[in-house]
Amino acid sequence: MPSPQIDIHHIAKLSRLALTDEEAVKYQDQLNRILGHIDQLSTYQLDAEPSAHAMPIFDVIRPDIARPGLTQEEALSNAPRRAMDQFQIPKVME
Amino acid sequence: MSLANSTIATLRQRLLTKEISPRDIVTDVAQAIDSQNASIGAYLSWDLDKALKEADLADISQPLGGIPIGIKDNMNVIGEPCTCGSRMLAENYTAPYDAGAIVKLRGAGAVPFGRLNMDEFAMGSSTENSALGVTRNPRDLERIPGGSSGGSAAAVAGNLAIATLGSDTGGSIRQPAALCGCVGLKPTYGRISRYGLVAFASSLDQIGPITKTVEDSAILLNHLCGKDARDSTSLDVAVPDFTLALGQDIKGLRIGLPKEYFISGIHAGVSAAVNEAIKKLEALGAIPVEISLPHTDVGVSTYYIIAPAEASANLARFDGVRYGHRSSAATDLMEHYMMSREEGFGPEVKRRILLGTYVLSSGYYDAYYLKAQRARTLIRQDFEQAFEKVDVIVSPTSPTPAHKLGALKDNPLAAYLEDIFTIPVNLAGLPAISVPCGTAMEDGKSLPVGLQIIGKPLDEMTLLRVADAFEKA
Repeated sequence: MPSPQIDIHHIAKLSRLALTDEEAVKYQDQLNRILGHIDQLSTYQLDAEPSAHAMPIFDVIRPDIARPGLTQEEALSNAPRRAMDQFQIPKVME
Repeated sequence: MSLANSTIATLRQRLLTKEISPRDIVTDVAQAIDSQNASIGAYLSWDLDKALKEADLADISQPLGGIPIGIKDNMNVIGEPCTCGSRMLAENYTAPYDAGAIVKLRGAGAVPFGRLNMDEFAMGSSTENSALGVTRNPRDLERIPGGSSGGSAAAVAGNLAIATLGSDTGGSIRQPAALCGCVGLKPTYGRISRYGLVAFASSLDQIGPITKTVEDSAILLNHLCGKDARDSTSLDVAVPDFTLALGQDIKGLRIGLPKEYFISGIHAGVSAAVNEAIKKLEALGAIPVEISLPHTDVGVSTYYIIAPAEASANLARFDGVRYGHRSSAATDLMEHYMMSREEGFGPEVKRRILLGTYVLSSGYYDAYYLKAQRARTLIRQDFEQAFEKVDVIVSPTSPTPAHKLGALKDNPLAAYLEDIFTIPVNLAGLPAISVPCGTAMEDGKSLPVGLQIIGKPLDEMTLLRVADAFEKA
């Protein structure tokens, strides 16, 4: 297991979190301590198949039949900003 | 006796004899909230007019007809807020639909009433991570109620609710129930629909009841379970009448005592109370059997890889576009994401998103996430082997009674380690209940202790049978 030395700025960017400098220092320290504990896993022989779920449920499918969902108005009702009948976001293309 | 102090079972009888009306119950609960919520802080909001209207329409011939149920603020109830204890959703979110569990409750005649405080996005064990207010333990107002369903447990313990719903990802129903002195049940993973429960860690989250008695827990469970086409992990299995587990004896039942759970480091008062409880179970005819769960000590590490990993993916949906907080400072799309999330999420949520992102990031996935998934298999197998020898497993719910507010504020790792007895249950998808088992003394205060009873998958019946026999003894 890698020795824990987290690159907090890289991880914050992947997480889409604009941390303050103060936060970056605090989280770097706290996460290194937490990872230091979690690293105990590396001392164990873990010979088992990985499980993503506790229950043996796989590939649940449903009939491809339309069913009622939210109306457009309901779906837009919580949008922080909307323009006409769409979600509004900052400009993406120059 | 006031109505707010009562159980579902008692109120249902009084409703059926027309001695009281659903309106009386809602009114009395609202009065209890008005007089005590300022000191306990269990509720974030409640809409009395809406609840009264629904109470007046309630069909008391239905099994939960006219019973108000408090809801943790991470389950969608149409037309109500759903803040998840976060600034992210506090400003401008109104639920456009009912969660699966709420649909079930309504189908049985219950009235959802009030939104209960919680650790932000259910991350925490003290409710101190709520961005929206402090919840205090009704047994000692200087102490935490536990968490993350702290509001749900404090409302029941303080008689500000008849019963409530919580959600449990690593102990978030059982631990606050234990610390506040009420009954908290986490069903088998998949028993209750997670549709409309704001996701924290999807493979671990499960909704369950927090109640004053084991009987109420069985009654509520009867009307929460069942397959929901909108949650592909909900189980298509028969739902028994859980109240048939009540009033049975437990003679000859084998009670597993994991040697790894009865270790040093447990608060002496908790240890004494749990040992007393085991003696009581023995006196009722149960047979204690020492068992081993050898992978207990990797449980916390496994959980704090898997849960943050799933959380980092689930919380990616909070992008400031479709709902939730949107930063007004951003000028481009990347900044919009980064600032909206920075401003909307609190410290514990950021910590777990960062941790989860790290363990899933390129180069670390195999070392952390895959390894944790292997450990998860071994933890489940430990339980499978133990359940070949025993019918249920018992342990303390929490290694300590309720801490004082702020005690673990700057030590997240210490707080994580306290989840040691509840976490493995979620990783293995098992049902478990916490029932009050006496008190522990700390600083001259007598504080509630919870006994955790863990069952085989889908065997909530035996859990309830043991818990009920124990409660009545």
